[in-house]
Amino acid sequence: MYGLGIAKGLSVTLVNLFRKPFTIQYPEEAVPQAPRFRGEEFVWYEERCTGCASCAKFCPLGIIKIVTHPGGTDVQEGESYAIDVFDIDIGRCMFCGLCVEACPYDALFMGSGFERGVYRRDDLIITVEELKQAEKRPSTWFRPQLEAKNYRPQTAEPLSWEEVGR
Amino acid sequence: MESVYVPFREANSFYRNMYDLFADWTFWGVSPIPDWLAYLLAGFLIVFSVVNVVIIVTTIGTWVERRLIGRFQSRVGPNRWGPWGLLTPVADAVKLLSKEDTTPEGVDRWVFNLAPLVFITPPILVFAVIPFGKDTYIANLNIGILFIIAVTTVTTIGMFMGGWASGNRYSLFGAMRGVAQLVSYEVPMVLSIVGILLLAGSLSLVDIVEAQVIPFIFLQPLGFFIFILAISAEMNRSPFDIVEADSELVAGFHTEYSGMKWGTFQLAEFIAPFGAAAIMSTIFLKGWEGPFLPSQLWFFLKVCFFWFILLWVRATLPRLRVDQIMALAWKFLFPLSLLNLFVTAAEVLVWDDPTIGQLWAMAGINWAIAITCLIVSSRLMSDKLTTRPPLVPVPKRGGN
Repeated sequence: MYGLGIAKGLSVTLVNLFRKPFTIQYPEEAVPQAPRFRGEEFVWYEERCTGCASCAKFCPLGIIKIVTHPGGTDVQEGESYAIDVFDIDIGRCMFCGLCVEACPYDALFMGSGFERGVYRRDDLIITVEELKQAEKRPSTWFRPQLEAKNYRPQTAEPLSWEEVGR
Repeated sequence: MESVYVPFREANSFYRNMYDLFADWTFWGVSPIPDWLAYLLAGFLIVFSVVNVVIIVTTIGTWVERRLIGRFQSRVGPNRWGPWGLLTPVADAVKLLSKEDTTPEGVDRWVFNLAPLVFITPPILVFAVIPFGKDTYIANLNIGILFIIAVTTVTTIGMFMGGWASGNRYSLFGAMRGVAQLVSYEVPMVLSIVGILLLAGSLSLVDIVEAQVIPFIFLQPLGFFIFILAISAEMNRSPFDIVEADSELVAGFHTEYSGMKWGTFQLAEFIAPFGAAAIMSTIFLKGWEGPFLPSQLWFFLKVCFFWFILLWVRATLPRLRVDQIMALAWKFLFPLSLLNLFVTAAEVLVWDDPTIGQLWAMAGINWAIAITCLIVSSRLMSDKLTTRPPLVPVPKRGGN
């Protein structure tokens, strides 16, 4: 009425003009990530894994492929299996984290990365070699023992297999 | 030197200085440039530099505009290319020039290729009669403002040529909307200018500037309000940009254009606000006149001020519907501009050759009339503008 709405709108934009922009210049600066972030690279400890394949069974998409043979040399109790293949096809992963929930030995963790752009779908499959070589900065998602330590995967040092257990 | 008749040599010192520079240039005792060549060279140089300055200022203006609109909307705007994104216009130009220039099948080739030229010429032609500073203008036409009105109308022909020749229905819709909008808004715009002409007593822009004892924006508040609305509708700027209406018509009349032809349309649309701001600062804000600073700088500052206002409105207001735009022109602006013309004519009739005191009295009366009229007519219009076709009533479901 009487163009007052227009004046109000103009004042809103004028106030915006003198305000700091809302934009975050992403590659140079980023919003702080939560330590429970469920990211794309999985953290896997070969020493803790028995090859039980619980993660593969619980995966709703069936994208974890595990091949084992008996007679491995892992340090967990029970029967030991050596891991031949541990493929996670994160091109189809929805990062629900059910595999991490299912792991009875705290061997599999979520990661905190999110910037993995590739040109081919095949490059999105994480192989066992990649998992072995990766820096182990586990996300604290579904791992209260890490939360109790107040662990920050984005900034803290990598953890060895002895440090991540319950 | 005075033997040759040189038209408007006396009137325009800007031109005369340039002419003298060429004509008086001596080389080993002889002046190798004959008078006619000096005349031609000076004219060419001035027109060339003005056109290029306009285009360069517009190019920088695109960057400023995008940055400012970003800030208006709490964003940053283009900041990647060069310091603070200053090279963005260069990147845009290189991209547009190197893009493939496609011509769709079934277009009317001659008209299609001619349309960008017809579209970009009028906004540049406007600067032919604008006084950029004291004695700094290309031509002091005695019908300057009429020339501007006549020339800017040609833009619509370019727009319609583009829309028609594209053979695309969206383009044709956009072009026809543009024509309807321009025909509607031309009327209040010209009528609001007539008030100025009555006060100034001349059509020449130089005379209009010199006639402003107090700026005409104080004497003609209603006229200024109508003029700024009408001219932003003529330029198809944001609250009135149904011609392009990205969300309805893709891009209106230039949907089918690509490469530098599309760039020409864009350039013309970015030049237009500068032209409009130049017209407004000339006829409403005393043009080049101002204390202390050089007159050219004063003019530039005033142009920037009006350009900023146009930009501000563009960054804020959403697009109107077609029927709302037509209603605004014919039911709101047209009666108001008639009233403004009537009141101004009566005042000029009563106070022939007014003194300063009488001018301020005139300003007071006009402000009172402007505010009253705006309140009354917006009250009359406001429910009609927002009326939509009745919706189908939803049957009431149970309850109380």
